[in-house]
Amino acid sequence: MNAPLLSARGVTRRFGGRIACREVSFDLWPGEVLGIVGESGSGKTTLLNCLAGRLAPDEGTITYDSAAAGTVDVHALSEARRRLLARTEWGFVNQDAREGLRMGVSAGANIGERLMAIGARHYGSIRQTASDWLARVEIDLDRLDDRPTTYSGGMRQRLQIARNLVSEPRLVFMDEPTGGLDVSVQARLLDLLRGLVDRFHLSAVLVTHDLGVARLLTHRLMVMQGGRVVEHGLTDQVLDDPQHAYTQMLVASILPV
Amino acid sequence: MTTMLPVLRVSALNKSFVVHAQGGLALPVLRDVALSVAPGECLALVGPSGAGKSTLLRSLYGNYRPQSGSIQVRHHDRWVELVGAEPRITLDVRRRTMGFVSQFLRVIPRVGALDVVAEPMVRLGASPEDARRRAGLLLGLLGIPERLWPLPPATFSGGEQQRVNIARSLIADYPILLLDEPTASLDTANRDRVVELVRRRREAGAAIVGIFHDVAVRDAVATRLHDVALPGAQP
Repeated sequence: MNAPLLSARGVTRRFGGRIACREVSFDLWPGEVLGIVGESGSGKTTLLNCLAGRLAPDEGTITYDSAAAGTVDVHALSEARRRLLARTEWGFVNQDAREGLRMGVSAGANIGERLMAIGARHYGSIRQTASDWLARVEIDLDRLDDRPTTYSGGMRQRLQIARNLVSEPRLVFMDEPTGGLDVSVQARLLDLLRGLVDRFHLSAVLVTHDLGVARLLTHRLMVMQGGRVVEHGLTDQVLDDPQHAYTQMLVASILPV
Repeated sequence: MTTMLPVLRVSALNKSFVVHAQGGLALPVLRDVALSVAPGECLALVGPSGAGKSTLLRSLYGNYRPQSGSIQVRHHDRWVELVGAEPRITLDVRRRTMGFVSQFLRVIPRVGALDVVAEPMVRLGASPEDARRRAGLLLGLLGIPERLWPLPPATFSGGEQQRVNIARSLIADYPILLLDEPTASLDTANRDRVVELVRRRREAGAAIVGIFHDVAVRDAVATRLHDVALPGAQP
């Protein structure tokens, strides 16, 4: 608890003449789930991709407190070392599960592949761990050998989560993990994520445009508008006592049920 | 007079709401609020509707963000300032030191009542079995029938949800408790059960700040009153 897990300082990224995210700075501490909210085009996903090492910022730095290598400057690492870090210490849950899964191999292989990437070699124990995780994300064991192409959207998303968490990452990035799912499927996934976050003391950065999802899953929020962070604080502070005009407008736009 | 040292100290607290949709209209609510509460005390906030009792309580919990002033909480044997605190500090205070009973339960989809209640204790490191046992005990004391325990409280009545909420806030034995109308939607029998639990917690040394519209409840649990004046009113 003495050092932040992830620190961003002055992160700026442009696309041509347009600034997608501008001078973003924050610290993520171990065990925290940080939500990034804002409307489409506010720069949330660009920021997430910069944080996760997938997109180089034009200015600013991102440092990560690595278990294996101590504090590292994510974008100063070689491509190979950054990939190793992403494979061994991080997870990344895409909005579209097809981007985060290998659609041509079985569910068991999707989970097992992550384990092999961190050095697991024993077939029996890999298969056992894959089965355990399938159960944990509420997928019937008799689907272990099926390909994700035969899965529903909600199942694919749960499989993607299992694939990411099986290697016990220290930090997980999530881009709209419940986007595009039916409400009941979404509730199940949220409940599952919430349980996993608690149980494994996950640290995570979660991008969402859904303030209900943010309320349920995150400890802290950053509100982005036009590439800038306009407000940040504890999730309940930001949602119950919004200070910035844009946040007040967002909160006031939630449909009551 | 109490001889205990306070565990919650508030001074010069100011809070207003700025409504940008109304052209930046500023609504002052709390002005120069000062109070302190010691273990074994229950401070009842009194004042007319709209005076800012709930705003004060929510500010104490770090839910609302005051513009200036100080809220200090005794946490891990030191004083922690909550006004302008980093999120992780406020979270740690909430996890270990300060509990809040709101008027309404924020339902978590698909999680049963027993686990909703047990959760804060599990987060403090208790085994799920111990936490569930204690959760069952509290739900029993609050008159929630056992057949409801595995069900998500979304479908419960208002009074049942309120009691689940109270059990969830009492399970972790917080040294400081904030209660916002804990008996608002309860019948007499259940009201008495809640009063008894709150009184026991106070006698065990909790420092309590609460809003109790029901005068009988207030008389039964409060040791002191604190007047919250309407903003703009002369003291």
